[in-house]
Amino acid sequence: MLLDVAVSPDRAIDVEQIRADFPILERRVHEHPLVYLDNAASSQKPRQVLDAMDRYYRTTNANVHRGVHTLSEDATALYEAARARVSEFVGACCPKEIIWTRNATEAINLVAYSWGRANLGRGDRILLTEMEHHANLVPWQILAAEKEVELDFVPVADDGTLKLDRLPKLLTPRTRLFAFTAASNVVGTLNPVREMAAAAHKAGALALVDGAQSVPHMPVNVQELDIDFMAFSGHKMLGPTGIGVLWGRRELLNAMPPFMGGGDMIREVHLRESRWNELPWKFEAGTPAIAEAIGLGAAVSYLAGIGMEAVQAHGRQVVDYAMARLSEVKGLRILGATTNPRGALVAFTLGEIHPHDIAGALDSLGIAVRAGHHCAQPLHQRFGIPASTRASFYIYNNEAEVDLLVAGLQKVIEFFSS
Amino acid sequence: MMDLYAEEILDHYKHPRHFGHLDDPSLTYHDTNPFCGDEITLELKIEDDHVADVAFTGHGCAISRAAASMMSEEIIGKSLDELRAWEKESILDLLGVEVGPVRIKCALLPLKVLKAAVWGLKPEDE
Repeated sequence: MLLDVAVSPDRAIDVEQIRADFPILERRVHEHPLVYLDNAASSQKPRQVLDAMDRYYRTTNANVHRGVHTLSEDATALYEAARARVSEFVGACCPKEIIWTRNATEAINLVAYSWGRANLGRGDRILLTEMEHHANLVPWQILAAEKEVELDFVPVADDGTLKLDRLPKLLTPRTRLFAFTAASNVVGTLNPVREMAAAAHKAGALALVDGAQSVPHMPVNVQELDIDFMAFSGHKMLGPTGIGVLWGRRELLNAMPPFMGGGDMIREVHLRESRWNELPWKFEAGTPAIAEAIGLGAAVSYLAGIGMEAVQAHGRQVVDYAMARLSEVKGLRILGATTNPRGALVAFTLGEIHPHDIAGALDSLGIAVRAGHHCAQPLHQRFGIPASTRASFYIYNNEAEVDLLVAGLQKVIEFFSS
Repeated sequence: MMDLYAEEILDHYKHPRHFGHLDDPSLTYHDTNPFCGDEITLELKIEDDHVADVAFTGHGCAISRAAASMMSEEIIGKSLDELRAWEKESILDLLGVEVGPVRIKCALLPLKVLKAAVWGLKPEDE
């Protein structure tokens, strides 16, 4: 039983046709058509994803890997087919390298708790960057406190790029892991993942990539990037919440102890000891998010149908247009580089107007943007601001929506200026 | 543009009352709202257990700044006991608009600092 997803590959992106797949875009907010520009926080879902999940619950619902009855067999087949699709989507060697988690955060925590606790000790070092999302900071802080591990940070330059010339010094003989984001969720910087991973390997460290903002927006192949772990979330790439992925090289995953104990992750259980299941199930204790995994499988098929090159090209086109239009807004300062290719998002400040007021005012016009520190407080501290406003784009956004954003910001300025 | 930003709130935001510092405050309290990065420092001049003067500084959205400004006007002359009895409605009534669940933390940050001050709590951030 295969996932039924309508796709037509090798076609330039047709935004109007894509928009028709997203029922939520018909919604009105405060009597305005919804302009959804908060995709870096969570994307909307096409009917293909909603239908796959709905169909699963209506026709197939059962626990996986347990029953011998038809429903359980069908559910298991759908669930594992989704894993195979995700595996192919990110260029993993095989589905056993795809570990389902709740989200990217849990995936990173899995590595910290399992690999970190088993392999790191006093005096070892972990290299991070100043632009990390809290998900790729806090788990390492917890581990560092527990294991007396030292944390180092690649600094961020004024233009929002990483100061990678510092790498030779920062990658010490004691550095065991270099964990970094592929794409900043604030300044939009796209980091040279392959080069950074190569530098880590040269120093004898592993490379963990936070792919939460890259996997939804560009072609990603973990083998070509030659990395060791990658974490990403389903809900930022058209899938449901509650499902995310840890990809890891299988020899590393095989050598790691389990993260959580319980059903499904064991081969045999005795009263005082147990033996673990093989990959990937060793890391998937308890009944998993079955419908969500199937939903993510459908999302991946939808994206693959468009083609990730086309997804990336569209994102670049919209964000380039947004950068040009936003630069016309008086008092607006964009965080990060304004020239280099960037991810499909732009964070900014607008004079003295607080981001909450900007986002609140835009919401009254039906425009959804993010206001705050976007779970990257240290990066905001780096730029000396408490918060910013962020517009982030995806396949269903168009230039007309950027125009509405800019018009909305002009109204905001008029409204709040004394 | 929006119901939330009533005329009076906008006026207090654009022209905050008691914004600045006191020469010789009896109490200085500071707090932040980590959710949005708002911060406020409240200075009180206390005479005979009554608020003789007040000043505030900090960064914040229109709601939190207007709330701080309106609250400052209101507390002058009040006794510490009266202020200890203040509840969140005391501030929300001053604002006079329906503050949703998302923005209520902005509205109540000034009160949180005031409460810490009048109860003499040990400041966390000093």
